[in-house]
Amino acid sequence: MTLLWGIFGIDMNVWLDAFLRLQIVVIVMTVTVMGLIYLERKFVGRIQMRLGPMRTGPFGTLQSIADALKLLTKEDVRPATADFWLFELAPYVTFVPVFMTLLALPFMEGWFVRDLQLGLFYIVAISGVTVIGYLMAGWASDNKYALLGAVRSAAQLISYEIPLILGVLAVSMVAGSLNLNDITRQQDTIPNLLLQPLPFMILLIAILAELSRRPFDIPIGESELVGGPWVEYSGIRWSIIFALTEYAGLWGFSILGALVFLGGWQFPFGTSSFWGDFDFLYQLVLVFTKSFFIILTMMWISATFPRLRIDQLMAFCWKVLLPFGFLQVLVNGIVLTYADDETVRDVLLFLTSGALLVVMTYAIYLATRQPSREERVGSMIAARSAQ
Amino acid sequence: MPHEDQLQVEHELETIDLNINIGPQHPATHGVFRMVIEVDGEVVTDVVPHIGYMHRGGEKLSENMDYRQAIGYQDRTEYLSQFNAELCYVLAVEKLAPALAPPERAQYIRIILAELNRISSHFMFLGAFGTDLGVFGTSFVYAFRERENLLDLFEEVTGDRLMYAYFRPGGVAWDVPANFKSRVEWVCEQALIGASDMDRLLTDNEIFIARTRGIGILSAEDAIDYGVTGPMLRASGVRQDLRKDEPYAIYDRFDFDIPIGTNGDCYDRYLVRLQEIRESVKIVRQALEQLPDGPILPERMPRLLRPSAGEVYMRCEDPRGEYGIYLISKGTTQPYRLRMRSPSFCNLSALRQMTIGHYVADAVTILGSTDIVLCSVDR
Repeated sequence: MTLLWGIFGIDMNVWLDAFLRLQIVVIVMTVTVMGLIYLERKFVGRIQMRLGPMRTGPFGTLQSIADALKLLTKEDVRPATADFWLFELAPYVTFVPVFMTLLALPFMEGWFVRDLQLGLFYIVAISGVTVIGYLMAGWASDNKYALLGAVRSAAQLISYEIPLILGVLAVSMVAGSLNLNDITRQQDTIPNLLLQPLPFMILLIAILAELSRRPFDIPIGESELVGGPWVEYSGIRWSIIFALTEYAGLWGFSILGALVFLGGWQFPFGTSSFWGDFDFLYQLVLVFTKSFFIILTMMWISATFPRLRIDQLMAFCWKVLLPFGFLQVLVNGIVLTYADDETVRDVLLFLTSGALLVVMTYAIYLATRQPSREERVGSMIAARSAQ
Repeated sequence: MPHEDQLQVEHELETIDLNINIGPQHPATHGVFRMVIEVDGEVVTDVVPHIGYMHRGGEKLSENMDYRQAIGYQDRTEYLSQFNAELCYVLAVEKLAPALAPPERAQYIRIILAELNRISSHFMFLGAFGTDLGVFGTSFVYAFRERENLLDLFEEVTGDRLMYAYFRPGGVAWDVPANFKSRVEWVCEQALIGASDMDRLLTDNEIFIARTRGIGILSAEDAIDYGVTGPMLRASGVRQDLRKDEPYAIYDRFDFDIPIGTNGDCYDRYLVRLQEIRESVKIVRQALEQLPDGPILPERMPRLLRPSAGEVYMRCEDPRGEYGIYLISKGTTQPYRLRMRSPSFCNLSALRQMTIGHYVADAVTILGSTDIVLCSVDR
């Protein structure tokens, strides 16, 4: 087979290899998405003093499969007034970019579908295409809720793209590369989280917003817009959007965060290969553990915070995340230009970024400060005695 | 030049406001309620509430019932504060028939249950309000933990979780179980724990404050003009509570405070209700201490109630405001006319005033903060 293609000057091995890797990514992604849905239901259930799914399979482990079967057998309803092509295509336009971000991610050392020199740039650029699917769905549904949701999501996703870029840009400045392998390998002693805590926070918030998860689920807004752009979708189309896009995106972004900030497949603070050829085993475990740490943090945030309003969300992006993101990039530039010694450089990066994080937190605190509960109850009692 | 003018007109984009139906099938409407909001982008420019989907003619149905059978209709209209509604009704009947003065023990049992009912109703509000603001069910579950404790207690006492029909003109239907005191004490403790849990989950949450403070402000004058009562009126800074102003039943025997808001916004309404939970616990604890032994119904109860002819208006402090019963008797076994003054209906009337100029998301917040019971609005 390889020989046959070789006649035409095509190196089949490369394509076959890429194809197989793609298949593995598809299978792992599908299983992980099902696992993530189960995990979220269990985790949020625990936060809410519930058990979560318990009936299907031992401890409800088959719940995701049961849900998938149910959604597959449901009728695929399309409103009569919907725009046929846009409506039918929107789920795929939403999902394919999210899946494409997974192609450049190294899940362990040297294992990826394609090793791109501009991997980080590619991921950020491709994930921004998702918003077109949102707009298509919202417009084509011929539903006012969907339209409002689509407009909201366009505003939100495009705005939060910028802090996301600034967050990873700061790190790529430190690493001096946009290749994810290089960025990860450079963290063999100190993970970027310590060097750049502020961009990590910005990235975490921006990912939450990019995925429209609570507290940034303004486009979906269950209590106001019912389901946002997806309100008219049902059955398998809805599950492609909701389950695959949201959870695959969550997984992909958190692996990106684990690679860029938490040192990826390496133990923190330096280690050497100790299993030789079987290194990939612990590397895989490490990448997944670190990404699940990020995922669970996001689920925790999602489960406990109320939703922001659209103007507050935009203000938070443009007035807080963006200026501090730019400041971080500026400071990084100065530090990287003038600090020659590596230790001095690391210490300076940690101190400046940490200081910026403290300043940002304090600025948010000052902007939203409220009287304490004691003061409020005091004022209530004062108002009572005045009358 | 007319030509230039035409060009200008062509370049001006014509925009029209968008009409959005929120309800009757919508997660935020707490029942079957429809409001047509007109939005300019995200800003609400007009709100038209449509009610009547839940109209069942509870008032008219009560008129075809025996005085005691009509008690059940109070539960069904005011389905989150059943004991308060029942209390108002039986007090109205007792006003018509003074011979039915309830014994002490029944008085205390009524107050304890009514106040516990106020707590459970406010917990329902806290949970649903959090969900309106987009908390992923967490506030709902924590509020319902406390509500379940209370409903379990009510079930032990009355045999039903929602439709109690437990109060009677002249007392209560039967005596409370033997372990009533210890159960109520435990439930009160749990309610305080639940209130402080809500404090930690919502009260000091930055996003929660950002979403509620300064939203849906209702000034004291407007609130009075619209006939708004209850926690909404108190949040606007008016000290009005029928339990203090014209103490019905035995409310004059208890020492409790009336929490008052300062701004009249959604946040104050939330705070007032949260504080009222603590005040209600105070009342329940005092009532529990003073709870005497004795009969729960008058010695001589007529088989059929025949109050003397006359008309009476009785009003009580419902968890939502002033719940009133207007009753006309012609001396027969059935009420000649029964009308309910529902606090939810009057509070809802201020919705338009509060909502215009806010964002779509705030419209849902404001509707949630009015804490309506749709059955009571439509009756």
